[in-house]
Parts: sequence; C-alpha cells; structure tokens
Amino acid sequence: MKTYLPPKFVVERDEERCIKCKVCTNQCTFDVQYYDADDDCVRSRSENCVGCHRCVTFCPTRAITVRKNPLQFRDNYNWSPEVIEDILKQAETGGVLLTGMGNDKDYPIYWDHLLLNASQVTNPSIDPLREPMELITYLGRKPDAVDIDPQLGRVRTPMAPQVRLDVPVMFSAMSYGAVSLHVQESLARAATEMGTLWNTGEGGLHPSLYKYGRNTIVQVASGRFGVEASYLHAGRVVEIKIGQGAKPGIGGHLPGEKVSAEVSMTRMIPKGTDALSPAPQHDIYSIEDLSQLIWALKEATNYTKPVSVKIAAVHNSAAIASGMVRAGADIIALDGVRGATGAAPKVIRDNVGIPIELALASVDSRLRQEGIRNRASIVIAGGIRNAGDVTKAIALGADAVYIGTAALVSLGCRVCQQCHTGKCAWGICTSDLALTKRINPDIGARRAANLLRGWSLEIKDILGGLGVNAIESLRGNRLHLRGVGLTDTELEILGVSMAGS
Amino acid sequence: MKDIKLVNNPYGDSKVIDACSIFGAMDTSGKRFSGVGVIKAIANMHLRGNGLGGGLAVYGLYPEYPEHYAFHIMYLSDQGKCETEAFLKDKFDVAFDETVPTRPIPAIVNPPLVRRYFLKVGKHNPEGQSEDDYVVERVMDINTKLCDSFVFSSGKNMGVFKGVGYPEEIGEYFRLEEYEGYLWTAHGRFPTNTPGWWGGAHPFSILDWTVVHNGEISSYGINKRYLEQFGYHCTMQTDTEVIAYAVDLLVRRHHLPIDVVADILAPPFWSEIQRLPAERQILLRTLRQVYGSLLLNGPFTVIIAHQGEMIGLTDRIRLRPLTVGTKDNMLYLSSEESAIRLICPDLDRAWIPVGGEPVVGNLAHPLMSQKVGAAGRTG
Repeated sequence: MKTYLPPKFVVERDEERCIKCKVCTNQCTFDVQYYDADDDCVRSRSENCVGCHRCVTFCPTRAITVRKNPLQFRDNYNWSPEVIEDILKQAETGGVLLTGMGNDKDYPIYWDHLLLNASQVTNPSIDPLREPMELITYLGRKPDAVDIDPQLGRVRTPMAPQVRLDVPVMFSAMSYGAVSLHVQESLARAATEMGTLWNTGEGGLHPSLYKYGRNTIVQVASGRFGVEASYLHAGRVVEIKIGQGAKPGIGGHLPGEKVSAEVSMTRMIPKGTDALSPAPQHDIYSIEDLSQLIWALKEATNYTKPVSVKIAAVHNSAAIASGMVRAGADIIALDGVRGATGAAPKVIRDNVGIPIELALASVDSRLRQEGIRNRASIVIAGGIRNAGDVTKAIALGADAVYIGTAALVSLGCRVCQQCHTGKCAWGICTSDLALTKRINPDIGARRAANLLRGWSLEIKDILGGLGVNAIESLRGNRLHLRGVGLTDTELEILGVSMAGS
Repeated sequence: MKDIKLVNNPYGDSKVIDACSIFGAMDTSGKRFSGVGVIKAIANMHLRGNGLGGGLAVYGLYPEYPEHYAFHIMYLSDQGKCETEAFLKDKFDVAFDETVPTRPIPAIVNPPLVRRYFLKVGKHNPEGQSEDDYVVERVMDINTKLCDSFVFSSGKNMGVFKGVGYPEEIGEYFRLEEYEGYLWTAHGRFPTNTPGWWGGAHPFSILDWTVVHNGEISSYGINKRYLEQFGYHCTMQTDTEVIAYAVDLLVRRHHLPIDVVADILAPPFWSEIQRLPAERQILLRTLRQVYGSLLLNGPFTVIIAHQGEMIGLTDRIRLRPLTVGTKDNMLYLSSEESAIRLICPDLDRAWIPVGGEPVVGNLAHPLMSQKVGAAGRTG
C-alpha cells in the first residue's frame, strides 16, 4: 500500500562541502542516506528521516542540514498534522500506534511555573565554593523517634536499612533488552563513580554488571524476568514495579527478535521468544497482596535492603501511596505522565496519568497529614530535565529523583521517539550488536557522570543562594517555592504561595 | 476566635524576620541575683535592636510558689481579661493572682495590662494526660481561642517580661531591678517585617522553656511541617517558636539529652562525622537520618533556657555571633563580648564557641566543680 504520510523532515546536503566519504550512509539506520554509485554522489530519502541528527553530528565537513518539512496543512486547531498523520498510519497498518520516549504534548509543566527563593540582607547566602554544602541523602524507612541509652550514649532504636546517595539523582529503570548492555554499563559505572544508584529495569542483571551491585536497584516486575536469589542479593535496593508513567496500567512486550543469546540468559527465557510483562502483577490484585510481596522480598534479602514500590502517578496516588507505606514499602517511587518508555501505545502515553509535580505534592502532603512521611522515602521520575527541576522536586517533598531520558540524552539521545523501532542510530535503545557498539562504556560513563557532577554543582549553588547548607533543609520546604501563572487550586495542591505574596 | 497571625504578622509573610541582641547570665551554683547587671549588659548592645521589642526571662523568680505554674498573661482589653480569668478558674486551681507591678516611663507607650497567676492543675487534667501536656494545650487555647489575651510564660518558678521598647526600657517598666533569679536571659529586637507587638517580643516561652534568638531560620518551612506531624501548630509564624517546639519535642517527648538535641539542631557536617569514632558516627548518622527535618539551617544564635539549665547554640557555620564568658560560678552568653566585660571585667575565661557546639550551664554541674572550668561540650 502506498503510504500517504508526508515526510517530517527535509535533508539537505551542501554538495560543495560533501566529500562523499559515506559516513552518513554508514551512520543512518533509518535508510535515509545512500550512495548512488551511478552518479557518484550521496543522496537522501528525506521521507525516512526521524530527526535523530546522527548524520549531522558525524559528517566531517558539516555538509548536512536537517530541517522541518515546511509542508503546510490548512490551519485547523482540531485536525492538527499529528492527528491526520496518526489516522493515516492506522489506515495503513490497522494496529495500535506505538511510540517511544515520554509524553510530548503541551500539558502544563509545573516546574516551569515554580520559582525558587534566595537570601537577601536578613540572612546571608552561603558560597558553596568556600563552605561545605551537603547533598547526602539516605533512602529508607526512618523511625518516629530515636531512643538513646543515657549511660552509653548508644542508639537503641533499630534502624531499617538505609542507602546513601551522594547526589539525590538516580538513573531510572531501563531494562537490558530495551537499552543495550553498553548503556547499562555506562550508567552503572557513572552511578558508582558519583555515589548514586542505577536501576536494572525489569530485564534482569547481566553477569558482567554484578560488580556494580552496591550501586544497583534490582527490579521485580510483572514478568519476573531474571529474578532469582543471586539477583536480589546483588542489588542495594529491591524495587517492585507496579506501573510506569509512560504506560500506566499497561504491561510490556519485548519482541522475540530482540531476545538475543545474552538477553535470553539475563532474562532467563528462551532465545527468540517474546518477553511479555503482564499488565498487573498477577500475584498482586490488592494492597494486602503487595504487602505479602514486599515482606517476601525483605525476607528473601534478610532485611538488609530497602524495598521500593514504583507506581505510575494516577488520580488517587496519595491514597495508594499511603497504603503502600503501611504495606511496608521503604521507598515510594512515583513516575509521572511525562515518564518515558522504550515502547508504549501512543494513546496511553499521551492520555493517561497525571503530572508528577501534582502527584508528588499530594503524596508528600498526605503522608505528612497521616504522620507517616518518615516511614518511606519518596523518589520521583518522569520528565526531570535539569538541576532546577531536581531542586524544585526536593523542595516540593521528594527525597531523590530518577532520570531516564536526561541520562540517555547525556549519551547522545536526541529524543526522536524511535525507541520502539529497535533502529536507534545512537546505539542506545537497540539490541542490534552493530549499533550497540556505538556506545562506548568508557565514554558513556564519563558523559553520564559529568551530567550528575554538573547538576550537583548547580544544586549546591541554589542551596547556597537559599542560605542553607544541607539538602534536608530544602526537602519539603515549600516556603522556598513560589508559583507563577497558576490557579488557586493548583497552588493549593502544590502547597505553594503565589509569587509576590 | 482571635487570629494571632493578624497581630504578629500583619502582612502574612511566610515568617517573621528579625535580628537581635541576646544576653544570658546564670549562676550555676543556684545563687539568685538581681537583674541590674543583665539590663546594663543588654543596654550596651542598644544598636542591635530598634526599639520594637525587648524582653527578659528570669528563673528562680518565684521561690514562694515553686510548684505552681506561674502564668504571665497580657491583656489588650477588659473583656479579654474577664474571659481568660473565667477560663483559668474553670481549668485550674488558682492559688494567687495579681497585676505585675510597673513603673510608668515615657518610652513605654500604651502598655497592655500584664497579670500573673499561680496555678495548679489539680484534678482538672483528664486521666492519662500529663500536667505539662495539659498546660501546653490550655496555653494554646488562650492564645488562639480567647480574645485579646496572650500568655507570655507558663512555667514553674520562672517568668517572662517583655514588650515593645528597648530591653532596658522594658526592664525599667517592669521594675526588674527588684527581682532576683539564678538565670536571666535578655533580648533586644530588630524586626524587619512586623510592627511592634507585645506578644511578638522575645523571649518566646512554652512551659518553662524560653528561647531568645538572633537570626533567621532558612529551613523554617520544613521545620514547621515536621513539627506539625507531632501536633505542634506554629501560630506565631516565627522561627523562634519553631525552636521552642523542637526542643520541647526532643527533650520532653523523645527524652533526648540536651547535647544530643544540639547535635540535631546544628549537626556536624558529614565530612566531620566520618572522621569520628565508629560509635559516635552511628549516633550522629542516625540523628541526621531521622531528624534531618529539624536541622536549623540559616544564621542563628539562640539561648535556650529551662529550669536549672541554660544552653547557648549557634548554627553550624556560626553566621551569628555568640561569646561565652565565665567567672567563678557565673556563665555569661552574649552577642558581644563587650556586654559581658561591662558587668564582669575580670572574667576567668572568654571564648567564641565553634559553630554548632552547645555551651551548657547546669545547676547540677556548677562551673567551680568542673576541672577545666569551662562549660563546653564534653566527650
């Protein structure tokens, strides 16, 4: 069937600059750039271009330009080009539209409506270049009070396991199979270097990564891929994955073509078979079932590791989170509507869930109202872009944040949303061995660690400006936030005042 | 119902901001002395205040009623007085009450009536509730529900005198040279965002805890939210109130010793903690993990006092001044050394404590009995 889809991009080549070296033809995985031997020139099939910039970045003479296709539709607020193109795609395939990365719609980004405070006159700002500035965060359940032996000065209160983060930013769950082993190794090494954690996702832990176990969160998801005793013992934190921000209520499907020998070994499923993650965990149909799994995992790990429970941010997150804490979760991980994915139905990604800012604010407030905020740490995920977002999240009440997309961007990702195709030209979201070589873990680890280093310096700058020298003085301190362009209801849910008030 | 916020914080700022002079003097042998010297010392730091608030707290004030809760209550109207006195009669056994004697002076304009009451809880508190908790709740009732009344202090054998004016003027007005106590703290205030209000002056007090405070707590937002989980409502919206409640929670309800409280309010840096012996590391790490939300961050010096004890503490990088002086059994804490030297020129020792290190004077451990003769942290 002839496709009626118009090209998204126009690829142009400056013939005076092009030296016909064919780097672009080798780098492009979407069959755009090709060498025409008859005419001895390099040409482009613009209609295939996804805007990943791989060719642009690697062209040695900077001969290539990628522009938006200036094709004009008749203006129509309702029938936008995206809507029309989606219908065309479905008319041609008759299936569910798949996509990758996070929700790209113009729902409010509340981070951009929140502004931070700074010290002037009545209290001094603190210069992080000259004074200590502390970002150390401990994740895990805390008791209500500390009991001290008055004679010996020793702590008598038993403490649940605590995990130290030197920077309150962790790498989000991205499974082996969804991303390549080189990506996981890059993140594992960066997390180890920076004193934070990376997350295996639901695809098990490859034997070559066991050595980074001290900095690893091992995930237990509905498919239970790769879950066994040694896997649970290898990690620092065990995370039960209930849901994901990009596809709340939806399971996962890693097609058999991606289940290579190595993936098969790590996931503990036969080579070439589809890896299907059911939508719910089939042993969790209710909160008491969750409690059983939490305690089973604590028992299995001899009460040495905090158990995290990750949910997608949905309408009644606050009540759910409260139940999770009472069920024994030591960490509540919330993934907002902008949380990304390797593959999800577009209709789910674009329409289900709530913004993480609102979910975080309501969960933190609810746990405080119930006096149980100390019993669990809150970690949030879903669209965190920079140190400003991280700092605002902590001021709203998060203990730490997960970053997924930002981490992949540090490795080269351009958010072209082709993760589900398996053709990632940057070698990130693919299991094609020729492509995965494009990520060199030595360089990848350095780039991801650099990102965290840069952000931690920026967070310290903000803290110093606020006049505090420890992250716990900002955590949940919503007086240091002000809202702009928000309604009274939004301000009330966020628990912040309008700027100027 | 009266809204304290409207009086203390008329513009609804997220907190009241002020700067100050503070002074404390304690005879650790328990000998009582008059307020003359303390007032002279705080007057020497006149320029640190702006006349919009001054006050003093005195311990060992009422030896004739040592076991009665001594309430100092300010009234802005006769109706307030009637309502509150009826409330007190209903909720307590009143042993004695009188108007606090004053001396009219030109500097004190339009003063409210201040009366004192010596109260016993008797059989009024419900079973299972401690007398202290009962008193705290009744103080909250008076401050938030009854009109035109405000409790300055509510502890045993102690009292707070405060108002709008420089502290030396407040001292003169309340004739404090006529009183004796073994522990005095004093405060001169420089508020930036609130007009003078008698209740808003320091010392701030709950039960026999008093706090005088110089600084701004930048962590106020989270300190307040943390305390709310334990039923404390910061109606005054001052940093100082947060400190008083934090100390009440940690000492009275969580039974933590005062040096541990100092380690919570102004903890050592992680980099310092990891150089300490293992046992101490565990303690300090646990405290920061559990009580991180009570870390008082931002510039502050406080003098916290209660029956038999005075504690001076600065924030951990000492962004506000504190000087300590000792002479025989006397312990002095002051924003400026000159104020101490003015009333005690021949100090045995004077020093500036390290940020976050508490200086504690305690009747149980008089200075003269200690080998080093210093009041700093031991061990």
